[in-house]
Amino acid sequence: MSARLMQGNEAIAEGALKAGVRFFGGYPITPSTEIAESLAKMLPKVGGTFVQMEDEIASMGVILGASLAGKKVLTASSGPGISLKQELIGYAAAAEIPAVIVNVQRVGPSTGQPTAPSQGDVMQARWGTHGDHSIIVLSPWSVKEAFEIAVKAVNYAERFRTPVILLTDEIVGHLRENVELPTDIEVYPRRIPKKTRAEGYQPFTPDEDLVPNVANFGEGYKIHVTGLIHDETGFPSGSPKVTREQIKRMHDKISSADDEIIEVHQEFMDDADFAVISFGGTARTAYEAVLNARKRGIKVGFVRLITIFPFADKIIGKISKNLRGILVAELNFGQIVYEVERAANCPVKLCAKYDMTIFEPEEIEKSIDELVAEVK
Amino acid sequence: MRKQLRLSGSGGQGVITAAIILAEAAVSEGKNAVQSQSYGPEARGGASKSEVIIDDEKIYHPHVKTPDFVLAMTQKAADKYFHDLNPNGTLILDDDLVPNSPDFKNIIRVPITKLAVERLGKALFANIVALGVIVKVTRLVDFETIKKSVANRVPPHTIEQNMTALQIGYDSV
Repeated sequence: MSARLMQGNEAIAEGALKAGVRFFGGYPITPSTEIAESLAKMLPKVGGTFVQMEDEIASMGVILGASLAGKKVLTASSGPGISLKQELIGYAAAAEIPAVIVNVQRVGPSTGQPTAPSQGDVMQARWGTHGDHSIIVLSPWSVKEAFEIAVKAVNYAERFRTPVILLTDEIVGHLRENVELPTDIEVYPRRIPKKTRAEGYQPFTPDEDLVPNVANFGEGYKIHVTGLIHDETGFPSGSPKVTREQIKRMHDKISSADDEIIEVHQEFMDDADFAVISFGGTARTAYEAVLNARKRGIKVGFVRLITIFPFADKIIGKISKNLRGILVAELNFGQIVYEVERAANCPVKLCAKYDMTIFEPEEIEKSIDELVAEVK
Repeated sequence: MRKQLRLSGSGGQGVITAAIILAEAAVSEGKNAVQSQSYGPEARGGASKSEVIIDDEKIYHPHVKTPDFVLAMTQKAADKYFHDLNPNGTLILDDDLVPNSPDFKNIIRVPITKLAVERLGKALFANIVALGVIVKVTRLVDFETIKKSVANRVPPHTIEQNMTALQIGYDSV
């Protein structure tokens, strides 16, 4: 297939479809609407369902229902809509319902700047619901990667029976560039019971990978779904032991696969004294800043977080041992920088921006120069 | 070699669509292209801007730094977006909608919207007339390529009129 011009949001829709998503429930919001628009065109052609709901809360509810009934599901929104979805994101984590939630970030808080780019929802993606929960958050930097990460997000949601946040931004969501999409795609199938009811099947009995093989509704099993802490039967339990074990298992099922899930893109790190850490659309600008700084003789490397959460503690810890300083460039007031500080064994400096405009390479370069001067 | 364009006007004039078509044409000629946009929360009116970068090399930072070409379809856009033009670049203005020329050496004035209204009966075609002008002035893509890209993008029953619009723009400079 030859290259074609495609938008980031369109690529997310394409990737979701290729990964087997057959149900979308959503409510339009800039800058995410093209995902809904694309899926509204594509889903009916493959026997899928597109529903525009009355609001974002219902959009989240309807995809969880569809997921329990056996469909691979996705919803897309931006900050204000994601805030509304938070309650049911927690429900998905507690009831272990596979679902992908796309957040195409714009400037907040509240309605903020509806059409302007931001990366201000990083911590919302990690903690945006109450209670101890685990979650996977992925962020693409290109249109092609938006496609690939949409596939990955659906696969992880299915494999770990967890909500997965595809955290993109207006930069990548609205960007159009030439892409050649991969045709060979690995798709993780919906997990199915390995036992019959007669053999003693319990829907929330964890498999070897700690993930339960919950049967889909309507396929002959009795399933009880609740946001209350439940035992292997799926019914609520008031036991401290069950509570402890369930919360721990929900964390362990993801953390035990950390090495597989956590992806970090590194370049120019072999000789690096410094590194710029970034993610999403900002990483494109950071890359140019790193190239420019290297041309001026500064030994600076490029580190891009593809997986935002679980956080790349070990990788950052390891690479930072050989570094004199790290610059974190993010299009917000400072969020991921605290995670980096926690993990790094070297000084960490923030390069923040929150004025509706994206970074210019010179701005990041200037911060690199400041970091170099500060640690001398 | 890298070429940078900025198409600007107000929401509803179709500058974003024109930029997408131009980027599509460049990609179909085997080049790398990146198209981005910025606009206000309004569906119509308000400032609207779209940028296209065309390069043989990979494009990372997606925004135009020093545009080689700027199209301005409103006075406001002309006043705002000519500042960082490459000194050897070209500023293309809609003659009727931009009465006052900014202080810039190389300006091309074309009555883009007027041509669309007079020859095709609708201001709606102004962005495609503008594309014709842009392709002639910039020589970034072949005229045949842009014809195909326009035909692929517009509703089928409007292809003929859009081809005329493109030709009118192309012949106007």
